[in-house]
Amino acid sequence: MIWDLHVHLSGVEGATPSERLGRMISIADRLGIDRLCVYLGMAFTQDPSPDIMRQDNDQVLAAIRSFPDRAFGFAHLNPRHVEASLAEIERCVANGPMVGIKLWVARRCSDEAIDPIIRRAAELKAVIYQHTWFNATGNLPGESTPGDLAQLAARHPSTPIICGHTGGDWELGLRAVRHLKTVYSDLAGSEPVSGYTEMAVRELGAERVLYGSDVGGRSFASQLAKVLGADIPERAKKLILGENLKRLMTPILQAKGIKP
Amino acid sequence: MKEHARGCSKDPRAWASLRAPLGGASPDVAPCPGSVTRRDFVAVAAAVTATAVLATLPASAAQTAPAPLIDTNVSLGRWPFRRSPLEETTALVDKLSSHGVTQAWAGSFDAIFHKDLSDVNRRLAQECRLRGRGLLIPFGAVNPGLPGWEEDLRRCHTEHRMRGIRLFPNYHGYGLDTPAFANLLKLAAASNLVVQIACGLEDQRTQSPRLQFPPVDVSPLSQWLGRSTAPRVQLLNAFRALRGKPVLDLAAHGARFEIATLEGVEGVSKLLAQIPADRLCFGSHAPFFYFESAELKLRESVLTATQWEAVRAGNARRLLSSA
Repeated sequence: MIWDLHVHLSGVEGATPSERLGRMISIADRLGIDRLCVYLGMAFTQDPSPDIMRQDNDQVLAAIRSFPDRAFGFAHLNPRHVEASLAEIERCVANGPMVGIKLWVARRCSDEAIDPIIRRAAELKAVIYQHTWFNATGNLPGESTPGDLAQLAARHPSTPIICGHTGGDWELGLRAVRHLKTVYSDLAGSEPVSGYTEMAVRELGAERVLYGSDVGGRSFASQLAKVLGADIPERAKKLILGENLKRLMTPILQAKGIKP
Repeated sequence: MKEHARGCSKDPRAWASLRAPLGGASPDVAPCPGSVTRRDFVAVAAAVTATAVLATLPASAAQTAPAPLIDTNVSLGRWPFRRSPLEETTALVDKLSSHGVTQAWAGSFDAIFHKDLSDVNRRLAQECRLRGRGLLIPFGAVNPGLPGWEEDLRRCHTEHRMRGIRLFPNYHGYGLDTPAFANLLKLAAASNLVVQIACGLEDQRTQSPRLQFPPVDVSPLSQWLGRSTAPRVQLLNAFRALRGKPVLDLAAHGARFEIATLEGVEGVSKLLAQIPADRLCFGSHAPFFYFESAELKLRESVLTATQWEAVRAGNARRLLSSA
């Protein structure tokens, strides 16, 4: 079982979100990937207005509607527009089919302004995904580091939160979040540097590590290799490839009556 | 007649033989996407050793001779900033062999920072000879910014009988527009050496903030490649920074590439739709990268049988045999 935590509607041909997701699924099939978590729209907007946020989420809703047994949707939110983000949570998650939220680079998650969004997502048992990078060439102004995420997680100690990309520079990212038992490491979106998954398993335990690809900017291949090529037990690989994400997602899937 | 996409077969034995690349043997046919279940893949992917995979194959498939796989981008030794289980040559060769690699072009991580490249190259040649089990082909390093670099080149060619050299311009601190580089190309061509240019080794974003090596600016390269005195040039790890028209221009001038940093879904087939078929080789950048990344990229793309063979081995073989 392989569940991909991190998929976008980019890098493939298709005039509509459904066409693009259909194309992505056909490629995922070649690599044995069962489920895809989809977020952001067909165009990427780093600091989306409320209208763009809704447009992004409408595109994801349209895409996953065509593939209900293969894809999950996460709502793209912007903590610079808290009220609009809360409204999107109600529309897409509470009253819609989405099962998670995606927080990107508009505002650093160490900022307490984000807290109402986290609290509402936690009430709904939605999966919370926060992008992070430790970029040696400089982060974007609103781009969180794993250090920011550690502050967020400390404010919400009972809420599972995914550390997106594990900071890219994973040797730093893993150190920043390893003491926080509710924080998960997302393997997606960086180069397939050997040692990554071994360190993640060593420092966090295999139960807190999640496979994701970040296609279409990345390939499924390079990101799957982080797990399939790692020198870790087979049991750990199964957890990382899908079982952990399924476990994380089960409460909201059950609440929505969605069969995992 | 239009060539079929790489092996679209409903024959389960054909699919069984396709499964093997993760473990070692090679397919000659591939499945129709619709005929392969995801469970099929996972079952194989979980069994990462050649033995485990081959044990599941019908005898006729398991006995099929492996098709060649030439990895044009591996390195020996210790990465300066992290330990790797594959930094021992024997461990790396075991890994490559278990995945069906029949030849690997090896540089040395020591070449990045050492100034005594003569000794680095001597040790590389010796390591390939003693522990390469016939699989490793040494590519020595030359730095045209060092005094006496011509002697390093001569020793690579005449003493170590190397078939090619590997350059690290961003680590060694010279541009591809310098006279020394032009002179190096000329001398390498005269010695019939393949020249590999490592466009980078590590994502700049994850490098130490105090030790930054931006990707090599390869834009001056086209002016040299067009000349009759130019050697055969392959760019390693090129696709972090190089995309679009510059890739097409360099390919049109004869530059070769490899797939280690080629990203995006179906990256291999998309690139082959844009550049001449003989320009792309297999390369893993192991052990810095997980070897499986490059291997799985070939599966992610739908390739014709001709493309499959060319990328796996044919293009590299022709590149080296003409050197």
